[in-house]
Amino acid sequence: MHIVRSFDEDLKYLSGRIAAMGGLAERMVEESVSALVHADETLARKVVADDLLLDIAEREIDEKAIGIIARRQPLADDLREIIGAIRISADLERVGDLAKNNAKRVVAITAAQQPVRVVRGLEALAELALGQLKDVLDVYATRAVSTLASVRERDAQIDAVYTSLFRELLASMMEDARNITPCTHLLFCAKNLERIGDHATNVAETIYYAATAEQLPERSRQDKSHSVTLDVAAR
Amino acid sequence: MSDADPESAAAGFARIAAGRLAEARWTLAAAAVAIAGVTFAAGGSWLVAIAAIAAVACVAALTEATAVRSPIDRLSALRLAAAVSDPLVVFDRSATVVQANPAAEAVFGSLRGVDLRLRFRAPEMQELIRQTLDDATHPAPVDYVERAPIERLFRVAASPVGDGTGLFVLVFRDQSEARRIDRMRADFIANASHELRTPLASIAGFIETLRGPARNDPKAQARFLEIMQAQTERMARLIDDLLSLSRLEMKPLAAPGQSADLVEVIAGVADTLTHLAAEAGVVVERNLPAEPVLAAGSRDELTQVFENLLENAIKYGRSGGRVVVSVARAPAQAAGGRPQVEASVRDFGPGISEEHIPRVTERFYRVDAESSRAQKGTGLGLAIVKHILTRYGGRLSIASQPGHGAAFTVHLPAA
Repeated sequence: MHIVRSFDEDLKYLSGRIAAMGGLAERMVEESVSALVHADETLARKVVADDLLLDIAEREIDEKAIGIIARRQPLADDLREIIGAIRISADLERVGDLAKNNAKRVVAITAAQQPVRVVRGLEALAELALGQLKDVLDVYATRAVSTLASVRERDAQIDAVYTSLFRELLASMMEDARNITPCTHLLFCAKNLERIGDHATNVAETIYYAATAEQLPERSRQDKSHSVTLDVAAR
Repeated sequence: MSDADPESAAAGFARIAAGRLAEARWTLAAAAVAIAGVTFAAGGSWLVAIAAIAAVACVAALTEATAVRSPIDRLSALRLAAAVSDPLVVFDRSATVVQANPAAEAVFGSLRGVDLRLRFRAPEMQELIRQTLDDATHPAPVDYVERAPIERLFRVAASPVGDGTGLFVLVFRDQSEARRIDRMRADFIANASHELRTPLASIAGFIETLRGPARNDPKAQARFLEIMQAQTERMARLIDDLLSLSRLEMKPLAAPGQSADLVEVIAGVADTLTHLAAEAGVVVERNLPAEPVLAAGSRDELTQVFENLLENAIKYGRSGGRVVVSVARAPAQAAGGRPQVEASVRDFGPGISEEHIPRVTERFYRVDAESSRAQKGTGLGLAIVKHILTRYGGRLSIASQPGHGAAFTVHLPAA
């Protein structure tokens, strides 16, 4: 509680805007995957259009946050909170960009026959990434930062599914050269979803730092896709 | 009570009157002071003042005689809210949750003191909350989906509470069932059409061969008919499993408080699969504690979980010659969560390579389509397992070292 009441209102305004951004970003990711799975171009176009709203929101949050810092010169946890808002909004804006990128690929992917198995894998990946985003943003609402520890574990799961999909897509491209176009797009989609998971983890780190002034405990990286190779001769 | 004797009725009245006087004591005191003051200032007699005060007190004791307080007047709003089975959230002008009934806490977790706009971020919900706070009218209800742990769809209505209380209420009506039925239909058709196509194509091919090239070849006919039978059996199994999964997905989130003894469940499953194990030449070793280990979950569904896991271990880990089932209470939680129990099914077969582990619980995901088909797998077993565990707040972890077997561990909240 602050003596200056409007300072609390400023902070509340910021967190409200962040939550609204989060809701929109979650929705965009959801819809981009749904558009992909159901070959829904109209939905894909909506996602692309929605991205503009996120960009506007990010700019607004930045301006408001800078204004607050200039006027009130906050210290300690207030300062961390405001800097956190700037960082979280940047992460959410990126999440929106990635969802938009997935939506843009819908036409290219659904033009050709898409491998059902890969699409299911993509859905599973999206579910994990969305779960991550939801849990993290829920913690932003409840400030129950002790539950953020599981974020690392899920990030590792997302990486593992991504690596598996990566391998499968390579295999599918080798099988039939006609698969290369849709599979390359699907590969980017998978990568985008994996990045969305990373941004959610970044948000978790920011929330943790804002609340505790400490860093969220680290865990080793699990993404091994950089070392995946498939032996052509073996197949 | 209508024939109460006059004496007790009088006593009852005295009690009610005393209660009313006690309730109105501050007003009465103020009135007494005012009357005394006015009388004194006007130079009146103190007897008049006393009479006036007595008259006021009499009125206070009698006036409410008509408004007898019935149980409904004494019912607290909180208790009423707790009795409602739909989630119900009361919030103030700043959108902060003042009170959430137990149904709401069960679905959304702890909400008290939380800013609603931060917790319900879906654009429609943001708009609903904004409208409610802005014009305090009754905005049109919106649909809201809560994804975890099991997807649920709510029709959410918002309205102000009473007149000028500054409080508002959100009521969530669960619509999940209708949505699940729709979803189930769509999923069933999509999955069934895709997965049944392969065996159907194969059967069609054999029929063609039987009518053509193999028309006069009894040996080939016998073989083809055998394959066709195997394919139809596979289709039947597939439909069974799909139905089973759809039924599970149809069920609403499990009623809390169900529990089952894992030791008993697993021993029962091992008993029923004795035959299968003997056929495969696999020994099932039981590493079970003597005392019961209770976990959240219904007995039938947990039986289904371990049937799937043990059957898989026997089929795919056959080359290892043995399967170990064990149950244990998990070591004390670091994260301060609920105590958990663990049950694992370990085989010593070829194991699962790393890239498949994160994905084996996906529907129809097969590590090796050929061997799965040979083992009469439908590709749904682990999806069913995962679904059941999620319902009870549990999870499945898989560890494997290729060449040394695989361990499937079920983690469930202890009950």
